[in-house]
Amino acid sequence: MTTVCEKVVYMDNNATTRVAPEVIETMMPYLTDAYGNPSSMHTFGGQVGDAVRKSRQKVATLLGAEPEEITFTSCGTESDSSAILSALRTYPEKRHVVTTRVEHPAVKSLCDNLETVTGHKYKITRLKVDSEGMLDMSEYEGALTDDTAIVSVMWANNETGVIFPVEKMARMARQQGVLFHTDAVQAVGKLDINLKELDIDFLSLSGHKLHAPKGVGALYIKRGTLFVPFLTGGHQESGRRGGTENVASIVALGRACELAGEKMAEENGRVKMLRDKLEEGLLANVPKSMLNGHKTHRLPNTVNISFEYVEGEAILLHMNRHGICASSGSACTSGSLEPSHVLRAMGVPFTAAHGSIRFSLSIYNTEEEVDFVVEKMPAIIASLRQMSPFWKG
Amino acid sequence: MWEYTDKVQQHFLNPQNVGEIDKPSGTGDVGSLACGDALKLTLKINDADIITEAKFKTFGCASAIASSSVLTEMVVGMSVEEAAKITNEDIANALGGLPKEKMHCSVMGREALEAAIADYRGLILPMAQGEVVCECFGVTDMEVIRAIKESSLRSVEEITNFTKAGGGCGKCEDKLREILRNTVSNISELPVVKIKPKRMTSLQKIKKIEEVLEREIRPGLRKDGGDIELVDVDGDFVIVSLRGACKSCHKSQTTIKEYVEKKLRELVLESLIVEEEN
Repeated sequence: MTTVCEKVVYMDNNATTRVAPEVIETMMPYLTDAYGNPSSMHTFGGQVGDAVRKSRQKVATLLGAEPEEITFTSCGTESDSSAILSALRTYPEKRHVVTTRVEHPAVKSLCDNLETVTGHKYKITRLKVDSEGMLDMSEYEGALTDDTAIVSVMWANNETGVIFPVEKMARMARQQGVLFHTDAVQAVGKLDINLKELDIDFLSLSGHKLHAPKGVGALYIKRGTLFVPFLTGGHQESGRRGGTENVASIVALGRACELAGEKMAEENGRVKMLRDKLEEGLLANVPKSMLNGHKTHRLPNTVNISFEYVEGEAILLHMNRHGICASSGSACTSGSLEPSHVLRAMGVPFTAAHGSIRFSLSIYNTEEEVDFVVEKMPAIIASLRQMSPFWKG
Repeated sequence: MWEYTDKVQQHFLNPQNVGEIDKPSGTGDVGSLACGDALKLTLKINDADIITEAKFKTFGCASAIASSSVLTEMVVGMSVEEAAKITNEDIANALGGLPKEKMHCSVMGREALEAAIADYRGLILPMAQGEVVCECFGVTDMEVIRAIKESSLRSVEEITNFTKAGGGCGKCEDKLREILRNTVSNISELPVVKIKPKRMTSLQKIKKIEEVLEREIRPGLRKDGGDIELVDVDGDFVIVSLRGACKSCHKSQTTIKEYVEKKLRELVLESLIVEEEN
């Protein structure tokens, strides 16, 4: 695809977000004139090092953390792997990891590999979720053992937006002497986070989910938590992550975090209101549609709806004709033959799992766009249902 | 994002012959909701065994809908006998091709057509009688074997793309590999298994090379007034020196590579490289 659609209604912000114009403006000098190496002795490079330092401060502020607790990485996946593998190297005698059945592939695949590639050297406990996507705290309590090296639980689910009680879970882990990691890629910028008061040891975030460019992330490592680097090399990032810094993107991430702090109220106010309007509009106007995920314990921007008896890819392609961008948990869109592991873990029936569509909004969405989607969707679903052998409408 | 041809998009956005024929002559109902795609094909067939009308209802992705739509266009006007010969490749070709991960959509089209024809003829499909190999998608060994033969499949991944078998839990992978091996060896002779290179000590190598030079190579060269001598053997490198008429022969390089090296590789060791002494 080389052409860019004329009119785009972008409601796929859990996949990636638009880079904020303010962010681009801030990062540009580091792609042009200020090209020095932050590690250099001269002032020309030193000023770049200064920009990295300021950015670290901004990321820390958004998280309620200290700058030295922030390590810049290349993406959320790198942050996740760094945290989990560090814990396993720190405690080589511990062979157990606790996670959930609904993690992002960044954590899920790593845990699967820890189990299978190592010849079952590691034991993985994958916590179940109920039909609303919520965890069972008593199952979690029972899963923590003396052999557990680390717990890795996402702060909010990328497909349904369901929020997990990671504050409480981290406290329980700490009481057992177990490290706690959270993949907060979807939560940062949308939820108020104050790590100073929490028992979270590691937190992963990703730039492109909060209006910074792709290719930059960060890992929070609580002061005092032992850390073994994932990427070794130079002394960058205080020896915690080798490799010359992606300066422009790091600066962008700092600015994006600053903006996210300023827009947090809008995200939880106006964006949530738009999301609710979209949700209500779709559920009211499309028969046999249902919400996936908990009604209230949910990110303010995400709604996942199943349109029964139709298939997600077909829905998305029709939406695409109107320039509406969203995602589906159907099998056909993923390239695999089975629908989303998140929806299956929740026990969403097949009639609904294949027809699930996730809308994820941002501060750039407008009420007109929501109205447009609510206007277009019923006809799209009706036309596909008219073709479906299972639809007895 | 899938790369769909214009033809796929056209049939997806404006599907032809959607619906269900009232009192059809034959009905083919394949797939299921759990599998993620399903197709109900109904045919009207006249007394002369000609398909006069075809309609479909499909639950599935764009390629499933497009495959169904183009299939109904293809069969109308055909005799039942002709229609029975349509393969999944024919359906995919009519769409200008499908992404390889989506070939199972064209297979579903063909299966529905077969089922509808069997229904019309009052027959039971042999495919359904096979043993289920893939529990997730209910695919039988007969279906897998047929796909391997018809579409020249050569890997488990390809079998999954065409039949969906193995695309769920993956537990049947070993079984699929076994079916593939058995089916392929029945179709054609397996490629000749290469003999593993033997391990030889340097002394064994030199002795054997000398033996082959003396018995197989020198007589021919001597007839032309030439000769060959073994200078050195260093690992797999065999250094030789041509003598007599061969020495000045402009074809000496060809002699060494095409004749000497070939013979030594054949009779001593596959990995040998023959070079002339500088």
